[in-house]
Amino acid sequence: MEATVTTGTEEKVWGGGNQPLSVSYGKMMMWFFIVSDALTFSGFLVAYGFSRFKFIETWPIADEVFTHFPFLHGVDAPMYYVAFMTFVLIFSSVTMVLAVDAGHHMKKSKVTLYMLLTIIGGAIFVGSQAWEWANFIKGEYGAVEMKSGRILQFVDANTGERLAIGDFAKPVHSDRETHTANEGVWFNSESSLPSHSIEEVKAGFEANPNIVVRTEKLDAEGKMTVLSRADSEERMKQAIMVVEGANLVHNEYGNRLFADFFFFITGFHGFHVFSGVVINVIIFFNVILGTYEKRGHYEMVEKVGLYWHFVDLVWVFVFTFFYLV
Amino acid sequence: MAHAHESNSKRIWTVFGILSVITIVEVALGIIKPESMMALVLGMKILNWIFIILTLVKAYYIAWAFMHLEGEKGSFRWSIVLPLLILIPYLAFILLVEGNYIHDVYSQGYISWDF
Repeated sequence: MEATVTTGTEEKVWGGGNQPLSVSYGKMMMWFFIVSDALTFSGFLVAYGFSRFKFIETWPIADEVFTHFPFLHGVDAPMYYVAFMTFVLIFSSVTMVLAVDAGHHMKKSKVTLYMLLTIIGGAIFVGSQAWEWANFIKGEYGAVEMKSGRILQFVDANTGERLAIGDFAKPVHSDRETHTANEGVWFNSESSLPSHSIEEVKAGFEANPNIVVRTEKLDAEGKMTVLSRADSEERMKQAIMVVEGANLVHNEYGNRLFADFFFFITGFHGFHVFSGVVINVIIFFNVILGTYEKRGHYEMVEKVGLYWHFVDLVWVFVFTFFYLV
Repeated sequence: MAHAHESNSKRIWTVFGILSVITIVEVALGIIKPESMMALVLGMKILNWIFIILTLVKAYYIAWAFMHLEGEKGSFRWSIVLPLLILIPYLAFILLVEGNYIHDVYSQGYISWDF
């Protein structure tokens, strides 16, 4: 039959169940989704690069922003935490591919175990990211923002150490209170006031002659420029508000676009990890229920595996472009 | 499900080893920042070139070994990889050049950003 290319085979070609690229429909569509999602992520990362090139001389230094490690308070630990997160994700990728491998051999108990490990790894990663976000939003030292929207951070002129605004702010009597909805003439309110007002920070700055400021501008070595006391005083006249931590509008670490991109890129990736964990849980229960045993193959595990590896793949790039480069 | 499935676990652990070593090297370089790698090559620090190349090596191993592209038909493999290989560098090139241009416009004094 096969040698003669006649009507018989043509019916077979268009009759369905044909795999010209030796991939099943489901797997191929998962791949095409991954390609389009990869382009979405590259759009994000390239936009980050665009903004960074635009403000190349004032872009915050990731090493100085992400310095926390759980249970090590006040210890300067750049990168270690992200490195830990990267390992968690790579390892959960390994357990995922082991699950796929076990699925090829129809070993149900092994697939179950490896899927469970993958889910745990994913959950640890999402939790770590939440912790990283919490630290970033909370901030560490605090800073003041000038009229131009630029940030001034405080440094001890003698030691060169960073100073938190709480270290030197001088209490100034003020009747200013957080405006809440039940007190106004109309039902609007404001977000909570910073722990120290701009007047307190300015008074503290004037009382301590050994405090200088540093600006966003990076010097030849890629460090933020520390100004002299006279220049610092000049600059402090422009200060209009206290910034603690980072959000979409203000960022104590420097350029606010940095915070925006951090929230959008790691947030979008974290959302992918979260959905990956949810899908993995569904597949995990299907494995336990024996759905794929009955079906005769574990291809569903392979498909979610592709998605899971893709999430890992994206993280490899986010890690490089956000934290390393 | 066309190809025969022998156990790949040895290959998987080897790739895990490679990915771990690369990550450790990246983190170590990121913390130390060796002075010798700060020179510019083609407008970028050698260190950053190393980071990007190592990242691409990692991406290769994840896609080829973990996502099993090495086992797919060549035509399928390239229908996935080629669009990305063409479009992403293209987009990056255009936007980074543009970002650099805007930076030059700013720094030549048409806009005062720091006051």
